[in-house]
Amino acid sequence: MPTSQTWLLRPLQERSTQIFLGVLFAAVALVTLLHLIMPEGHALHVSAYTVTLLGKYLCYALLAVAVDLVWGYLGILSLGHGAFFAIGGYAMGMYLMRQIGDRGVYGDPVLPDFMVFLNWDSLPWYWQGFDMAWFAFIMVLLAPGLLALVFGFLAFRSRVTGVYLSIITQALTFALMLAFFRNEMGFGGNNGLTDFRDILGFNLRTDATRLGLFIATGIALAIGYVICRGIVTSKLGRVSVACRDAEARTRFLGYRVERVQLFVFVVSAMLAGVAGALYVPQVGIINPSEFSPLFSIEIVVWVALGGRATLYGAVIGAILVNYAKTVFTGVMPDAWLFALGGLFVLVTVFLPKGIAGLLQKRQKPDEDSNADPSKPKPQEATA
Amino acid sequence: MGIFRWLTPLCLKALHLNPLGLVLLMALSLPAYSQTEADPGQALLTNLADASSREMDAAIEAIVDSGDPRARDWLNAFGNNRLSRIEETGQVVEVLRNVGRNWTIADPLTGENLGEMSRRELDRVNINNAIRGKLEGVLAMLDLYSDNPEVQEAAAEAMMGKVNASVVKPLTKLLERDLPGPIRNRIEESVAIYQLEQGDAEAQAQAITVLTGSLHSNARAALNNAVAGDDPALAASAKEALVSIEQKLKMNRAAETLYFGLSLGSVLVLAAIGLAITFGVMGVINMAHGELIMLGAYTTWGMQQLLPGQPGLALILSIPAGFLVAALAGIAIERSVIQHLKGRPLETLLATFGVSLILQQLVRTVISPLNRSVTTPEWMSGSLVINDALSLTLNRMYVIGFALVVFAGLMLIMRKTRLGLEVRAVTQNRAMARSMGIRATRVDILTFGLGSGVAGLAGVALSQITNVGPNLGQNYIIDSFMVVVFGGVGNLWGTLLAGLSLGTINQILEPWAGSVLAKIMVLVLIILFIQKRPKGLFPQKGRAAEG
Amino acid sequence: MSIKKHVKLGLSALALSVSFHAMAAEDPIKVGILHSLSGTMAISETALKDTMEMLIEQQNAKGGIDGRQLEAVVVDPASNWPLFAEKARELLEKEKVDVIFGNWTSVSRKSVLPVVEELNGLLFYPVQYEGEESSENVFYTGAAPNQQAIPAVDYLKNELGVERWVLAGTDYVYPRTTNKILETYLKDMGVAEADIMINYTPFGHSDWQSIVSDIKTFGSAGKKTAVVSTINGDANVPFYRELGNQGIASSDIPVVAFSVGEQELTGIDTGPLVGHLAAWNYFMSVDSDANYDFIDAWIEYKGDEKAVTNDPMEAHYIGFNMYVEAVEKAGTTDVDAVKDAIIGVSVPNLTGGYATMMPNHHITKPVLIGEIQDNGQFSVVWETSSTVAGDAWSDFLPGSRDLISDWRAPLKCGNFNVKSGTCGASAGEQALADAE
Repeated sequence: MPTSQTWLLRPLQERSTQIFLGVLFAAVALVTLLHLIMPEGHALHVSAYTVTLLGKYLCYALLAVAVDLVWGYLGILSLGHGAFFAIGGYAMGMYLMRQIGDRGVYGDPVLPDFMVFLNWDSLPWYWQGFDMAWFAFIMVLLAPGLLALVFGFLAFRSRVTGVYLSIITQALTFALMLAFFRNEMGFGGNNGLTDFRDILGFNLRTDATRLGLFIATGIALAIGYVICRGIVTSKLGRVSVACRDAEARTRFLGYRVERVQLFVFVVSAMLAGVAGALYVPQVGIINPSEFSPLFSIEIVVWVALGGRATLYGAVIGAILVNYAKTVFTGVMPDAWLFALGGLFVLVTVFLPKGIAGLLQKRQKPDEDSNADPSKPKPQEATA
Repeated sequence: MGIFRWLTPLCLKALHLNPLGLVLLMALSLPAYSQTEADPGQALLTNLADASSREMDAAIEAIVDSGDPRARDWLNAFGNNRLSRIEETGQVVEVLRNVGRNWTIADPLTGENLGEMSRRELDRVNINNAIRGKLEGVLAMLDLYSDNPEVQEAAAEAMMGKVNASVVKPLTKLLERDLPGPIRNRIEESVAIYQLEQGDAEAQAQAITVLTGSLHSNARAALNNAVAGDDPALAASAKEALVSIEQKLKMNRAAETLYFGLSLGSVLVLAAIGLAITFGVMGVINMAHGELIMLGAYTTWGMQQLLPGQPGLALILSIPAGFLVAALAGIAIERSVIQHLKGRPLETLLATFGVSLILQQLVRTVISPLNRSVTTPEWMSGSLVINDALSLTLNRMYVIGFALVVFAGLMLIMRKTRLGLEVRAVTQNRAMARSMGIRATRVDILTFGLGSGVAGLAGVALSQITNVGPNLGQNYIIDSFMVVVFGGVGNLWGTLLAGLSLGTINQILEPWAGSVLAKIMVLVLIILFIQKRPKGLFPQKGRAAEG
Repeated sequence: MSIKKHVKLGLSALALSVSFHAMAAEDPIKVGILHSLSGTMAISETALKDTMEMLIEQQNAKGGIDGRQLEAVVVDPASNWPLFAEKARELLEKEKVDVIFGNWTSVSRKSVLPVVEELNGLLFYPVQYEGEESSENVFYTGAAPNQQAIPAVDYLKNELGVERWVLAGTDYVYPRTTNKILETYLKDMGVAEADIMINYTPFGHSDWQSIVSDIKTFGSAGKKTAVVSTINGDANVPFYRELGNQGIASSDIPVVAFSVGEQELTGIDTGPLVGHLAAWNYFMSVDSDANYDFIDAWIEYKGDEKAVTNDPMEAHYIGFNMYVEAVEKAGTTDVDAVKDAIIGVSVPNLTGGYATMMPNHHITKPVLIGEIQDNGQFSVVWETSSTVAGDAWSDFLPGSRDLISDWRAPLKCGNFNVKSGTCGASAGEQALADAE
């Protein structure tokens, strides 16, 4: 565990973090200004549509940072991070549903619409408390964190590693997807949660709220980044890199590998949950397809594309892939999967260190060279 | 099944001829009608076409009673929705080909081909389910007099639950003849069902004795009705009969569930075994594996397009073709992508994920986003009837057999051939194998080709069970990974056992948990099992397990 | 590419007519098309995109609307629900389209709904759905449950004498709601609880062995049994295959499906399915001149003699023509004007009758029952004597029994509660106000 009180402040003294935060805040501020000051119709005006779109990208970026933390620095390829993202999203969605109140189509003051027309007569226990923002926001952290804790405890304790771990994380998210599709679960089944109105008393359908959410996402990403940076630069971070590169040796040196893994995994899951929670009010819907294993694989691809074990690379990858998706689905709707698939292949084959690798080449080898995961692992016995 | 039975050779109440003789007779007698006096068939068909749904019975009866040798054909055409009227002239015609905007028609009286006609100018002679059911009964009645025991048996089967007052007498009379055992039983049962519903007390009591041993669903239906009826004595004895039937059924149901499980399991094994080779042996996580399965399935479809009318032959040829197509595609993937990712197994996952997206969209663009229809050959459709309550579907039985053959073949290759030896050597220690003179690159290509080819074979088999469409692969990729991991990476026996046991567990859970929950439970089971045994059922041992 | 073609076409036509019509100088009318071209729903939605492009081309050849050409704006929401909302926003805010035709799944419509309401757009939704919705900005040209499910059950009961019911569906909202409605409806008719079996399966379910075996057992209880299937797209092929192989013929246990149309049948070998049923408001085999013309145009447009038409395509055909008529009536593409003008508009449907836009934004439709034939088509065996008006709120669900929808001037409410006399959403506020 990080013992020093300053572990969170240390990254702020790093140049790379300062640059990252500087760019992020400058971008958020620029978008905000262009949206507010420029008149509509002006070439430089940023529409509310674009603001929300950028907000969505930032949510994905935070999610990618969370994945990079476990994959890049801990060596755990999680193919189920979409599950934590979605659970965070559902926690937020439940809060937003309760905020609708009696403005639903049936005018029921307590029950969400989908419960009314499926004849539910009272709110299930797990929906209690979600009318209070503080409770919902705690659950956004707690629910994914708890799932990660239980799952991670079982998995790391019995030393499940490598592909086995990847595949059971996939099984986890797949099972959750099937479960959330069931209407008996009380989460709206396939239709999910939608038709949100207010958040914290602000109308979700106004541009001001959208801008607010965008800024909040920017701040969340900054905090998430600093937390991750703080972890990886602490002693804990170095131990986790050691776990990644030689788990057995680290264990033999006397470190409690599974505790390190568990801690980092839970932090990562919580970050993913926050990303999900910020995502839902901006896109306006949460449905079980966020649990789909393919989505989780896609997140990993963003990280790989941006550059594994760099954190800022994950941000770049997430934004780039999703921007490409937005553009391609509009410009070449029939062929965008070719472009996307081709991108994945080319990047993994020709850019093993991702885009971050390209950037790093220009710089002098920095202090992170020990965090290069693409080096072949030394032979070691794990059994 | 009903309609196909009608395609069986002709037979008639009046003429006890063998089928061949009858066809000859028909061929001789045809021209005589059409050239001289008005053909009575004309009136019969017009009558049928004009009939309202109430008059339908009479119109059909009239055709049967006419004793016309062509009656069978007409009723068949009618049952198959192939009778139409030309809007302008009112002439009733048989539609030979009813695909597209222009239909090929023929004169049902003479069999003469009348060429093509626009669909706009034709009015279909309507038939619906209710009439079709009656028609089946009528045709079955005709078939009962056939000399061909197979036709007779099928007809007797079809009579179950369709006996009414008008056929009970001829049926009872038929029983006086010398009939083969199964046919006799069937007819007795179908008469008993009628008697149980309509007969007097004595007949009812006798009917219950006949039905007591029967596992047929119609027999149970009749008994159930008797239990619900107003006669308490009858209800009691019917109940007793039902209880004894239930007992027999239990065994059959258990056997059925086991079969379902094995069949689902063998599908899983087929889908996963190719992955077990590329993933287990080579350490390549091939996310495009599902799309290779899809290619195999599309090859089957393509073969059937090349050989129209011979779905069986096309299917058999698809086995080597599907293997080749998928193997070549696999080798292309290996050469172009995977070989650049040596030593980075998790990154093969990402690159091949891209490949899978490309392949999916390729199929959508080049072929169609729609599912393709793959025909099941005659010998694979239907089921093998063990008894009335237990019948094993043939397509799935073939798939079980096919899975076992593929598995055995792979085991042979891995254990008995030079390639297998080299593959095992490279798997265990690449550097050492190379220094012993094994060309590791060549082994990689061949192994990947083999694994991909097997995926193609899975696709050929799956085309007989499920959709052939661009999403086919996606539906199986996750299951395949689960099976391989559950069984233990790199162990073919593990894959076999894992596939079969997961399939069986799923089918045992499904009846009481529902299919969604059953699937979730299986996934949770896998997660928990991996906690218990982090390397699957059969963990790899020794140095190969490292890294 | 196709967009460019249309723009070009539009421009050249513009150049020709500019001297005759002053109006022609205006910008083209932009029609947004929001159908998935990739992902799982591409299988169904691609044809609808093509239908819209064809209809727009035809309308432009006729001189557009009031001399203004139409221009299609195609985007791909890729079967991804949040992306639907994003793309709808893009269409309305960035492309400034005048109307959107799109969506297939309910969840995609639910995702788009807040966006079109907020930005005051127009959406024509062409697929049969579960009802329980009425939005000022959405026009539902597909069937509501009372235009498909209930007539189908009536047919099975009255014509085939069915007394025992299997309600089998994919586990999502449309089957859940439809089955709920049917369950209430059947029980109201006196069907016992024991004679109804309800079964749900996940999306893309492919192993139907034990379910079909259960259906077989359920059907052997002595009463005529039928399966009412709301099984979704991809799961149907293995389902019907299993039915055929386990020897369940249509004359023993007929299956009536609400989600299987001509397009789904192109992926199935229909030989073993002859006689199973489907309920729709349109079949390709319908014998009417309008239909034959539509089919001819479609085949020509696709350049494929085997191209099929289906019910949602007809819905787009109707919806598009209604929009054209409403714009002509209103004399503008202004959304509010079109919304008012379109209510009461009648256009020919493809089955030889007329479809009218009702005040609840649903349309009138005939209900047809068809039997599957060996050529992948349906033959109509029964149809309602007149058209049925779509019901936004089902009479067979407790929550919506008292709700009606009327978007005409004085009421202007999508969920008016006839009991409390208030517009649904504000019912609670009203009660609060009364209490004070």
